[in-house]
Amino acid sequence: MTTANALYDVPGPKTRKRHRLYGIASTAVILGLLGWILYLLFDTDQFTYTKWMPFEYKGIQELLLRGLGNTLKAFGLAAVLSLALGTLLAVGRLSDHRPVRWLSTLVVEFFRAMPVLVMIFFIFVALKVQPLPALVAGLTLYNGSVLAEVFRSGVNSVERGQREAAFALGMRKVHVMSYVLVPQAVRAMLPAIISQLVVALKDTSLGYLITYEEFLHAGKLIASNLDYDLPFIPVVMVISPIYIGMCMLLSWFAGWVSRREQRSPKTEAVDVAPAEPGTLLPRVQ
Amino acid sequence: MNVLTDNFSTFGDGFLGTVELTLYASVLALVLGFLMASFRVAPVGSLRVFGTAWVTVLRNTPLTLLFFAVLLGLPRFGLVLPFKVFAILALGCYTSAFICEALRSGINTVPRGQGEAARSLGMSFGQSLGLVVLPQAFRSVIPPVGSTLIALAKNSAIAGAFSVTELLGTYRTLSELGYNIVWTFVWIAVGYLIITLAISALFNVLERKWGVAR
Repeated sequence: MTTANALYDVPGPKTRKRHRLYGIASTAVILGLLGWILYLLFDTDQFTYTKWMPFEYKGIQELLLRGLGNTLKAFGLAAVLSLALGTLLAVGRLSDHRPVRWLSTLVVEFFRAMPVLVMIFFIFVALKVQPLPALVAGLTLYNGSVLAEVFRSGVNSVERGQREAAFALGMRKVHVMSYVLVPQAVRAMLPAIISQLVVALKDTSLGYLITYEEFLHAGKLIASNLDYDLPFIPVVMVISPIYIGMCMLLSWFAGWVSRREQRSPKTEAVDVAPAEPGTLLPRVQ
Repeated sequence: MNVLTDNFSTFGDGFLGTVELTLYASVLALVLGFLMASFRVAPVGSLRVFGTAWVTVLRNTPLTLLFFAVLLGLPRFGLVLPFKVFAILALGCYTSAFICEALRSGINTVPRGQGEAARSLGMSFGQSLGLVVLPQAFRSVIPPVGSTLIALAKNSAIAGAFSVTELLGTYRTLSELGYNIVWTFVWIAVGYLIITLAISALFNVLERKWGVAR
């Protein structure tokens, strides 16, 4: 690890001793920090029975599960729809017809530059749509636009010779795309696509702000219950590991796919994208 | 049109609120991100573990959950600050994880030979870092840091829903006053476009000045 970059030489015995000293000191500081947080938790009585009692009730458990189900439902819908929209917009941006290209570029750039929450609120408040469709529509517009850029850069990153060879064999554009470029591009871009889906999963929590009854909303309902002595911290301690765990699982999957595709002989003519969501810096040429 | 002219001060307050949030949170994110990036490449194991855990957890946390936990949770520990400070804290910590990754991959783009050559010339650790490695890393991190800060400006909209004065929150005041909601949102959108395009223009200038095609 330490020799993996340009920063250090292989340490000698003296340096190793010094590093060990630093290691012990920093471990002590970090453990102290954790201990302080634990002390604060006990000091403010977060581990009393009344505060953790609600999680024993079936009704509360069902409420949480229903919230989780609603989160996953919104995520599933948004994922499928934004993949569809992304494909459509990418086809538009790669079109041979200038008006189509301009129109899809405009759509993509606009929705990438807008905060996703502004779109969700616009659909929810101004168009007076129900929370779930509003959330899904907002997520679809944003993630679809980002995915369109991911698809497009994937197709463009396939080695030029592939396209030229396909055209030289007399294939039409549709065939060049569907038999040669897109299969390679999708393989290469799969990690980036999955990472963008992690963003979509994280953003489903915005539904909380427009009163969609998702996971966070269920947590809020329990946390504001006076009967259980306002168990806010316990609720956060239950909800966040589940939420973060789901996202981590999906991120880890993206990383796994990335490593796998890099080894695959089918991606020789294209660079596999790292497992990171699409970057966003509008190009001002 | 008169939605804007009648309520210029409301929009102005919101706009300035968003700019302020973005600015302070950017500073916090850059400082924390730099710290975490240096932790992640440090030769000390426990710091590396800490940096990695920080980045992995925050990158996979929904920002709304973080806002929820920070703005409504920290007061339970007796820490009472204005909501704006909490919002800056949440935004800054969240974004620092992404800044850290951008900086770290920037350091990794510097070829190993550069550091080795610097040391073989007898440069100390500080010299090889400050004169050779970091200047080259800086050039390649401009675009990713720019896009991260744009994402930060857009994420600041969430603060509005937790009753911090910012641009998106202005719609509530204006719809109570009975103004056309669609036009209100058009001007809010224009405000966000101004901010994101300004950041993007700034980073394009930086990149033209210092960026390098590698």
